[in-house]
Amino acid sequence: MPVGLLGIEGLERPEMEAILHRAKDFQPLQNQSFLRLDLLKGKMVVNLFFEASTRTRTSFEIAAKRLGADAISITASASSVSKGESLVDTLNTLAAMRPDAIIMRHSASGAPHFLARYLPTPIINAGDGTHEHPTQALLDARTILDQRESLEGLRVAIIGDIAHSRVARSNVYLLSKFGAKVVLCGPASLLPRELERIAPNVTLSNDMREAITGADVIMMLRVQLERQHEAAFPAGEYFQFYGLRPDHLLLAKPNAIVMHPGPINRGREISSEVADSQKSVILNQVENGIAVRMAVLERILCAQ
Amino acid sequence: MSILIKNGRVIDPWAKLDGIADVLIHDEVIAGVGLNIDEAGAQIFDASGLIVAPGFIDMHVHLREPGFEHAETIESGSRAAAAGGFTSICCMPNTAPVNDNATVTSYIIERARRYAVVNVFPIGAITKGSMGEQLAAIGSMKQAGIVAISDDGKPVMNARMMRRAMEFARSHRLPVIDHCEDLHLSAGGDMHEGLHSVRYGLRGIPACSEDVMVARDILLAEVTGAKFHVAHISSKHSVEMVAFAKARGLAVTCETTPHHFALSDDDMAPYDSNYKMKPPLRSVPHVSAVTAGIVSGAIDALATDHAPHPGSEKMQEFEQCPFGILGLETAIGIALDKLIHPGKISLRRMVELFTTGPAEILGLNRGSLAIGAPADVTIFDTDRQWTYDVNKSQSKSRNSPFHNQMFRGGPVATIVGGVFAWKLE
Repeated sequence: MPVGLLGIEGLERPEMEAILHRAKDFQPLQNQSFLRLDLLKGKMVVNLFFEASTRTRTSFEIAAKRLGADAISITASASSVSKGESLVDTLNTLAAMRPDAIIMRHSASGAPHFLARYLPTPIINAGDGTHEHPTQALLDARTILDQRESLEGLRVAIIGDIAHSRVARSNVYLLSKFGAKVVLCGPASLLPRELERIAPNVTLSNDMREAITGADVIMMLRVQLERQHEAAFPAGEYFQFYGLRPDHLLLAKPNAIVMHPGPINRGREISSEVADSQKSVILNQVENGIAVRMAVLERILCAQ
Repeated sequence: MSILIKNGRVIDPWAKLDGIADVLIHDEVIAGVGLNIDEAGAQIFDASGLIVAPGFIDMHVHLREPGFEHAETIESGSRAAAAGGFTSICCMPNTAPVNDNATVTSYIIERARRYAVVNVFPIGAITKGSMGEQLAAIGSMKQAGIVAISDDGKPVMNARMMRRAMEFARSHRLPVIDHCEDLHLSAGGDMHEGLHSVRYGLRGIPACSEDVMVARDILLAEVTGAKFHVAHISSKHSVEMVAFAKARGLAVTCETTPHHFALSDDDMAPYDSNYKMKPPLRSVPHVSAVTAGIVSGAIDALATDHAPHPGSEKMQEFEQCPFGILGLETAIGIALDKLIHPGKISLRRMVELFTTGPAEILGLNRGSLAIGAPADVTIFDTDRQWTYDVNKSQSKSRNSPFHNQMFRGGPVATIVGGVFAWKLE
């Protein structure tokens, strides 16, 4: 079974350390628009996105191209899926094209795992349902490490619709494995109690002020309106109780940083002042996305 | 035609019999049970070292005919039943069209008469199309031959509708079988709501979605005096409530499936739809409570909820796959593996769960080896090691989590109406 990247839950710390370390080498490349490496010359990756995404898809595309690989993007609406082709058939067709890796985003949790059972091609999970988004957690870690010596002992508050967040899950697994203390915060209906047990050093809170107190990192999540089955919290109250405002930052550590996986909803989960402030590293996250994905692609495609 | 089953350990709970004996079948009925029966011209079946029991009854099977014959037919499902040691099966009405009138009931009975190798007793729908809005033609279906009513696959969400159905059923002497699930609480759920559903990022089906419905139906059964039966019970509180209802003298019964005492959500292979069914595989405390309910007698019957689905439907994203797994051919193996070999219940109790249990709930004149009773006999053993190969299943479908599982003991021969419907090769 060829190694792709399906999730953080099963990854060992040394593996992640290697990727984070290698990503540093790729960071300066962002400033050199004409420099390309040929590490992946002759390789072809397919971006298979069954869900809307501009930033992640282009991030992977750029990462592949900067390494000299060919990248093809297929979005669901343009493909046969809208004609009723099943998931297995779509992938059988792709596998016949023999890509060196498939980067896949899908709205169903476990979709890449399902395919990995039947396809020999390495699959990189670019987000599956509400399950995991491994490269997001890696780029988040890289961003924190750009500001801090290590993740060990850091207090990280992740705030928002945790129940439906693959970003939250992947971050919980990664941060916990690196010895950080994670506080998950959100409305009770979006914070199932079992989350406390998915990894060590995780606590839950419904009180945003309590979660942010003493935090080194404040990670805001987008409120996932398109994923919710039913209104799990009273409409119109969200920003009042779970939106990040400048006065909250006074509760955190003086050098705390503010993160968000994007795209941000100004005035919904984060105020414009905070999003545009010095403490926000949101744009660094985007830049690190390319560097981390380059490291991941190199690791997986050069291993073959 | 005579069959003489010799030297088996005959376990007939109805007759309170457990000992080595011969069983004589003449034409289509049981002609004698005793020691050293001699019958010239009879076909001899040597049952030394085997258990000889009244034909097992599976009161919860999906035969998919009419309408879903690509998944299973009455014929193929009956063959799977015989291969699992069952001589009688009750088929649920969620066919297409739904069995909500005498015409469909008669169709099923006629198809079974012609093509089934075991006895088939249809269960009729509670409401038209099982849509929960209007009562189905219960009276005429009873005349056509249904043995119970159920909207299985769905609950009856409207309490007033369920009350009327129970009143009606009582007057026609039909038990009401409910698939207990509050659809609002379970909305969108694909597996048990617990640690694993959170880990997998899948929406959960909480145990309380079963419990609130069981509680409601027990109270309605008390008000209406109906015979109420909980289908595929899986939750700790539900088992407790059924036991409580029985202690108060209510006509409440329940069944569970082999997979609900054999597997928990810890055992699920990630995103493998062979572990996806309703009610879902729950966490260990629930599985323990179900097992305890079998041991204590709170649970009256074992029924497989055999639910075939073709590969094309079960090979999709987990959340898209339909609910249900096969069960007929592995029921005895699992019961022996999880209940008998670990010494949790006696063989007599196991036989009850498959014979007198379902027979009494449905008022069927089956489940015993009484003289004159239909010659339905289940012969199984408790020792032979065998491996379940789903690809050799008699079913048209292949959706089982027990593929390649080893069992110790299983069905050996199945006799229906005095004829061998299946024999171990």
